[in-house]
Amino acid sequence: MEWSWQVALDVLPQMAQGLVITIEATFIGAILAYALGLMLAILRMSKSRAISLTTYWVSEFIRRTPLLVQLYFLFYVLPDLGLFLSPLAAGILGLGLHFSTYTSEVFRAGIENVPHGQWEAAKSLNYKPYQTMRYVILPQAIPPMIPPLANYLITMFKETPLLSAITVVELFNAANIYSNSHYKYLEPMTLVGAFFLIVSIPSAYIAMRLEKKYQRRGGGSV
Amino acid sequence: MSKIIEFQNVSKSYGQLQVLKNLNMHVEAGEKLALIGPSGSGKTTILRILMTLETINSGHVLVEDDYLWHQRVNDDLVPASEKHLRKMRQNVGMVFQQFNLFPHLTAIENIVQPQVLIKEVDKPDAMNKARELLALVGLEDKEQHYPHQLSGGQQQRVAIARALAMDPKIMLFDEVTSALDPELVEEVLNVLRMLAETSDTTMLTVTHEMNFARDFADRVLFFEKGQIVESGPPEEIFKNPKEERTRNFLRQIIGELS
Repeated sequence: MEWSWQVALDVLPQMAQGLVITIEATFIGAILAYALGLMLAILRMSKSRAISLTTYWVSEFIRRTPLLVQLYFLFYVLPDLGLFLSPLAAGILGLGLHFSTYTSEVFRAGIENVPHGQWEAAKSLNYKPYQTMRYVILPQAIPPMIPPLANYLITMFKETPLLSAITVVELFNAANIYSNSHYKYLEPMTLVGAFFLIVSIPSAYIAMRLEKKYQRRGGGSV
Repeated sequence: MSKIIEFQNVSKSYGQLQVLKNLNMHVEAGEKLALIGPSGSGKTTILRILMTLETINSGHVLVEDDYLWHQRVNDDLVPASEKHLRKMRQNVGMVFQQFNLFPHLTAIENIVQPQVLIKEVDKPDAMNKARELLALVGLEDKEQHYPHQLSGGQQQRVAIARALAMDPKIMLFDEVTSALDPELVEEVLNVLRMLAETSDTTMLTVTHEMNFARDFADRVLFFEKGQIVESGPPEEIFKNPKEERTRNFLRQIIGELS
């Protein structure tokens, strides 16, 4: 088996299109994972045991089942129930939903790490629950959350090839389609790996820097 | 004078531990009260109940002749709704042992934000008021400092200004110098002495500083095991306590100091 630059150049344009889809799925999926994760975290901390426990079990269910199965469910089973999603929409929804159960733990830990006195101070000043969260708790909780949330972004990026299973033509699938029709696997798959590395390594580096930055800033208050 | 706070047969337990036992007490409007006694005697719990940070198990608490933890619905007393508690909370402000300033806001923002959010004061007016209060506590040059850039004593003075900015009728000071280095205690106590003298706000302080209690208070309450053992003007309690238990406590405290 010999490396052919011709094949590599041939597959590249399709892969570039795939990369755009991959990045799209990662970022929109991540936004969804963050928003849903914050919601899950707040529901999980609810004073009502019913709400808190339901949230816990729903999260556990989603987290303990494979993303691939969830993607199949969203794309192939939901239409039977009358809900049709495009492959990319189902993929983004699946990614966001699955990872929201992880980010919710980050949000919950971050919120619970804010000293109890901050809640009491807000209450003594008569802040409403929403105002307490928005103006007192989250501004303190979010900075230490940024590094783990950035790490989940990188993880989600690496999981996007799963979307190929529901026909999304992302980076991996673009290469795969080419491979299957040309019986050339070396160049496309090498390029897939290279693309992921090119994005992952600098991102991991940035995440590491963020971690250092926010660790240094920690402990500013009593 | 009129009663501003009244405790009627109030009991409070944490699990097995009873911290208040059928407590009856009242506070006149404008009165400056010092609550003293051994730790675990229920002093702080009284403040926390008034601030609605702790519920009560039985009895009634009245603030300004209105039930704090209950409300009237068709002649029935039912547990207070969040709405009722929010209304009642407007009357009360609290300064904590651990300051509890918002660390992501500067000194002046700490004082401005609650005014704007809760009292719906215009920002410029809130700024003016915050500056006046910072000057009152001697920190006019620190308005742009974040809490972690201030000493403990300075943080606590900002916290006092923040509570004052909400114009409470009742101010609660919960061991406000206990977390401070010894050399920073006086700067905070002096602010409180000045407030006690110049303000007609009702003030309750829980403190272990007996000299301060003497200057600050119109009346001193000595607590033990969730009950008031003795109550009276500071001269009487400190110079001539009637109860053996008060004498023992004071002897112990003064013994520790000398």
